[in-house]
Amino acid sequence: MATETVRRGRVRRGPGPAQTSEGARAEARLAFWLLIPTGIVLAVIIAYPVVRAIWLSLHSDARFGTSRFVGLDNYIRAFTGTGADAFWSAFVFTTQLTIVTVILELVIGFAMALIMNKAFRGRGLVRASVLVPWAIPTAVAAKLWEWNFTPDGVVNQVFNTNILWTASHWSSFWAIVIADTWKTAPFIALLVLAGLQIIPGEVYEAAKVDGATALQSFRRITLPLVKSAVIVALLFRMLDVLRIFDLPFILTNGANNTETLSTIAYKEAIQQVHPSYGSTLSTITFVYIIIAAFLVNSLARADVVKTASRG
Amino acid sequence: MATTTAPPRPAVDARPASRPRRGWLRENGLLLLGVAFIIIYCLAPFYWMIVSSLKANPLLDQSLWPQDPTLVNYQEVFSGENNFQYALRNSVIIAGTTTILALLIGVFAAYALARLNFRSKKLVLGVILAAAMFPLIALLTPLFQLFSNLGWIDTYPPMIISNISFTLPLAIYVLTSFFSEMPWELEMAAKVDGATPGQAFRKVIIPLAAPGVFTSAIIVFIAAWNEFLIAYTMTQTLAAEPVTVAIAKFTGVSRFEQPFGTIMAAGVLVTIPLVIVVLIFQRRIVTGLTAGGVKG
Repeated sequence: MATETVRRGRVRRGPGPAQTSEGARAEARLAFWLLIPTGIVLAVIIAYPVVRAIWLSLHSDARFGTSRFVGLDNYIRAFTGTGADAFWSAFVFTTQLTIVTVILELVIGFAMALIMNKAFRGRGLVRASVLVPWAIPTAVAAKLWEWNFTPDGVVNQVFNTNILWTASHWSSFWAIVIADTWKTAPFIALLVLAGLQIIPGEVYEAAKVDGATALQSFRRITLPLVKSAVIVALLFRMLDVLRIFDLPFILTNGANNTETLSTIAYKEAIQQVHPSYGSTLSTITFVYIIIAAFLVNSLARADVVKTASRG
Repeated sequence: MATTTAPPRPAVDARPASRPRRGWLRENGLLLLGVAFIIIYCLAPFYWMIVSSLKANPLLDQSLWPQDPTLVNYQEVFSGENNFQYALRNSVIIAGTTTILALLIGVFAAYALARLNFRSKKLVLGVILAAAMFPLIALLTPLFQLFSNLGWIDTYPPMIISNISFTLPLAIYVLTSFFSEMPWELEMAAKVDGATPGQAFRKVIIPLAAPGVFTSAIIVFIAAWNEFLIAYTMTQTLAAEPVTVAIAKFTGVSRFEQPFGTIMAAGVLVTIPLVIVVLIFQRRIVTGLTAGGVKG
């Protein structure tokens, strides 16, 4: 959608009718001055801490007030050294969480979007209720689900089960998945719905006239056209779950090997007061997220191109 | 994504009247079922939070309707043990200041991105989007060290400043999408009709831009209000703790039994204002969220 804005900007020329190079240069100059405050603020609040975290990760934690350059020692410690168990456990758990949650949320969100797109009566009510899980603070949602997952809690009652949700690894895993899916699948529904609403109704009418079944229309029209909206949703959610903190921190606090990359980084850096090793873990998390985003983005886009050229 | 400008879909379900009634029922019955599923899915846990908050002892009473509704949990929220009023005050100040600052800075950037032409626009948009999705944990340690050295821990500025890191990109994104949809030609029209630039700005541009700016403010405010990680790191006492941290730290009489009734009551108090605002402005918020494509 970034390109959309750009394209629109290019079509709708600036304020004046005169588009001389002089005017264009003045416009670029104005843009520069308007963007400068944002640039400075983001440089101070994001760029400086990132660089500083990388610098910290290359130094030892000060035992006796001195910290020295240790090269990649901290990274080796996380990957193969004394920190490897904790790191890889969190790495695997975060990755599993991301894959399962994102798939589940996409499926449920897509189904919701299809329903919302069809529903004419009560659309306002549906849209309003979809916004409720989004508006609830994650910290509150985490407490709410902690409450729902207590042994005598409502989840066990409704499903007539007797699971000690937060007492073992996999039940904790699913508890986090369920809580996160509840909070964010409706949001995905909104993103996909926005994509669905761009598809003109005439396209479906034409397909129907040509004798397409509902399933064919869905596969040949809806899916390809809504694909970019789905990819955006997929990317956002993936980046979000890879850095997940609030929910596991409050719901399980890492018990039964449910630490995520963000929670171990937090615990090392802040609670254990190991800023260097903590920064190492957070830098690895950061790089992992960039790589994952890049891979998924290029895979998904390549697929889009293929589908488009086939059609 | 110009979702709002797209006209509502021509009624797809305007089927020939001759169609058998059974088919209509079956299709709409399914649709109704689907709508019911969405509403229950989204609201049931929220309903449960409210119901639990109204029970004197929610641990023992798991009935779907409070037998003797009581406000005892709400009293407990503000009692000497929890002093939730301070957390509410802190959250209002932190989220409010964050919102104002993010919008003040963001509105200029968004204007440039939505209306002006310059070569590196795509790059700037990309950087801002990347900043919005940045993992906070990667910034946390250096920011914590910085604010510790300044002696600012347990005050508002560390949280407000750190919150800007994700609220400013969010604000720019949502504002840019709103500004791109605005009929800027009207400004020119007003000038042609003899308005001064000042008049055109006050009487045309501000009223046109206000709804988008206002909606962006709501989205940014909610994002700041819901922040937990930074606040948990930068605070130690009630003096600066926002609601999210206070709720996570609630303790009851017994250390081993969480006061879930009280926690749910606090959760309701924190969420109800947001839900009301969201219900009133739902249409615009959905537009802002999906156009920016950014999660709050």
